[in-house]
Amino acid sequence: MHELPQQLANGLILGALYGLVAIGYTMVYGIVQLINFAHGEIFMVGGFGALTAFLALPGGTSLWIAIPLMLLAGILVSTLVAVGAERFAYRPLRGAPRLAPLITAIGLSIVLQQLVFSFYPDAKKARVFPKIPGDPFELAGITIQRSDIFLIIAAPLCMMILGWFVAKTRSGRAMQATSQDPDTAKLMGIDTDRIIVMAFAIGAAFAAVAAVAYGLRTGQVDSRMGILLGLKAFTAAVLGGIGNIYGAMLGGLALGLTEGLATGYIQHVPGMDLFGGAAWKDVWAFVLLIVVLLVRPQGLLGERVADRA
Amino acid sequence: MRNRSLIVVSIAVAGALSLSACGSRGEKKAEDGAAGSTTVTIGVDAPLTGDLSALGLGIKNSVDLAVKQANAKNEVPGVKFEIKALDDTAKPAPGQQNATNLVADKTVIGVVGPLNSSVAQSMQQIFNDANLVQISPANTGVALSQGEAWASGTKARPFKSYFRTSTTDAVQGPFAAQYLVNEAKKKKVFLIDDQKAYGAGLAATFKGEFTKLGGSIVGEEHVNPDDRDFNAIVTKVKSSGAEAIYYGGEYPAAGPLSLQLKEGGVNIPLMGGDGIQSGDFIKLNPKSQGDVATAVGLPVEQLPSAAKFIADYKAAAYKDAYETYGGYSYDSAWAIIQAVKTVAAANNGKLPADARAKVVAAVQAISFEGVTGKVSFDQYGDTTNKQLTVYAVKDGKWAVEKTGTFSG
Repeated sequence: MHELPQQLANGLILGALYGLVAIGYTMVYGIVQLINFAHGEIFMVGGFGALTAFLALPGGTSLWIAIPLMLLAGILVSTLVAVGAERFAYRPLRGAPRLAPLITAIGLSIVLQQLVFSFYPDAKKARVFPKIPGDPFELAGITIQRSDIFLIIAAPLCMMILGWFVAKTRSGRAMQATSQDPDTAKLMGIDTDRIIVMAFAIGAAFAAVAAVAYGLRTGQVDSRMGILLGLKAFTAAVLGGIGNIYGAMLGGLALGLTEGLATGYIQHVPGMDLFGGAAWKDVWAFVLLIVVLLVRPQGLLGERVADRA
Repeated sequence: MRNRSLIVVSIAVAGALSLSACGSRGEKKAEDGAAGSTTVTIGVDAPLTGDLSALGLGIKNSVDLAVKQANAKNEVPGVKFEIKALDDTAKPAPGQQNATNLVADKTVIGVVGPLNSSVAQSMQQIFNDANLVQISPANTGVALSQGEAWASGTKARPFKSYFRTSTTDAVQGPFAAQYLVNEAKKKKVFLIDDQKAYGAGLAATFKGEFTKLGGSIVGEEHVNPDDRDFNAIVTKVKSSGAEAIYYGGEYPAAGPLSLQLKEGGVNIPLMGGDGIQSGDFIKLNPKSQGDVATAVGLPVEQLPSAAKFIADYKAAAYKDAYETYGGYSYDSAWAIIQAVKTVAAANNGKLPADARAKVVAAVQAISFEGVTGKVSFDQYGDTTNKQLTVYAVKDGKWAVEKTGTFSG
């Protein structure tokens, strides 16, 4: 059992990464009821934006200076792409049947992937991403790799800022209003178009933070990294109750923990030795999703709402 | 309604265009061949894009070099060679399409590739049905040439058109096990594979020999080849007390795996097969110092026969390195060229109508001194060359640790 604290830590860190990306799915869904399947690719371009900034900096720049700049560049690129997607791909379809924007999102996801794959220098394979050098931290028997420090600081910070923004600021409250009833919100003088753009932008910024964390953690970024992570983050958003920002983070953490614990322990359950280990972790993650949706169809923190027509 | 008919029409037009494009390309070449000198094509199938493209491009360029040299030297009088390289993205389905494409192109006389054993599985039948010779410079899956039941001792060659210039996992895995036990003195190993034909096969042959030599497998894990987060496995390795990791798989996952191990405070070497012995493994993994890999054959740099290949490759100024399989790819292509030479010589300098079948037979009988040593094939289509090399990462480079010939 001495692995348990370490596996919990692994799961929480991975879960925080899922959670950050899940925010983007949940915010966009909460406001326009669109599952933005291109969000995984928004995450991916953020990683490449950060990498570009790193490559543009003179060699030997301290990471203390480099990481904030990379973060800024990543956020900039992700946000621009997301806002551009909203303006040119989704807004023209605002009144269309829901299937149309959904298919557009899938198409956009392929386009973004192929653009990076074809035109980013050497992106036909994984590109090396800088890591924070140094030995891992040891804390009460738990080892945490140095590069994860970024994520451990960034994830709660982002959540706090988002929580404050949504609850306390004028724009945040306008966002809540739009999500509850866009038509009435418009009648009350809220510029819903602006709010929608803002939702896309915030989601993209979070995805970029996650992309930098992912790059630091694995030491690489590649044009396909958004596919699997996007899918996991979407799962996390649904698990936590799509439309609820805290639910997205909670769902991410639950998913990360499930994966960590499934890798570590399912094997030791009598009779289950065939279904354990890393090869089955995704299966258990989706089993969790199915079970939660059976018991609470609205997700962990979701509210039961009548589907808007 | 109008929309739907528009879609139907555009699909039909697109289909017709692509079909006619294929047809006309094939026909044109066949006509060229009829007049004066014959042009034949050597097909190449390898991952030219994606994670494994470093290895794939090395294969393509090396074949290209062989073809250019054969043309320059007029190796086969009256026959010009061309190369047709197709990208399989390291996946079986595109590989199968490429195989069909190559078979359909009447000028293709032989194929070099693929890189991955799992891709080879999807191609063998197609090439065999068309009597088109296929020589892989890199496949190490044993069953490809010796049949599914090879482990139980009943070897049967499933496809007579399939050859390879690389040694198999039946040699590579045990060789690695012997190195770990005898040289590196590691008795406790954590075994990880990526569940692909290559990785799982390699891990299995390693395990057999390692336990026979008295080593113990302290844990086993299987990962998905697309995974990049291995922290949960790192934790298991850490508490297992392993002295080394043996990984059956390729560098896109092995790089981050090794990196996350060391970042997670587990400072034990990761050992793998030729699938991780790539420059990209080190690039993706700044903490790879001490990691070990076996590769089939002797290091190309050490062979006197290879000096010329290396010089020529440099002179040709390819953008990508020849990587692990460059020499084997060159030899594979050269084997096809030599077979064509034999077939043409036996038919008054012209290629007969059933050239493909004759080339298959000629490759079986081939024997010449190639870049990687003597090139010839046994009754299963495997190379008779059973030399292997152990490499270790030293200061950002794969350095030769030990060379040897495997002897059961």
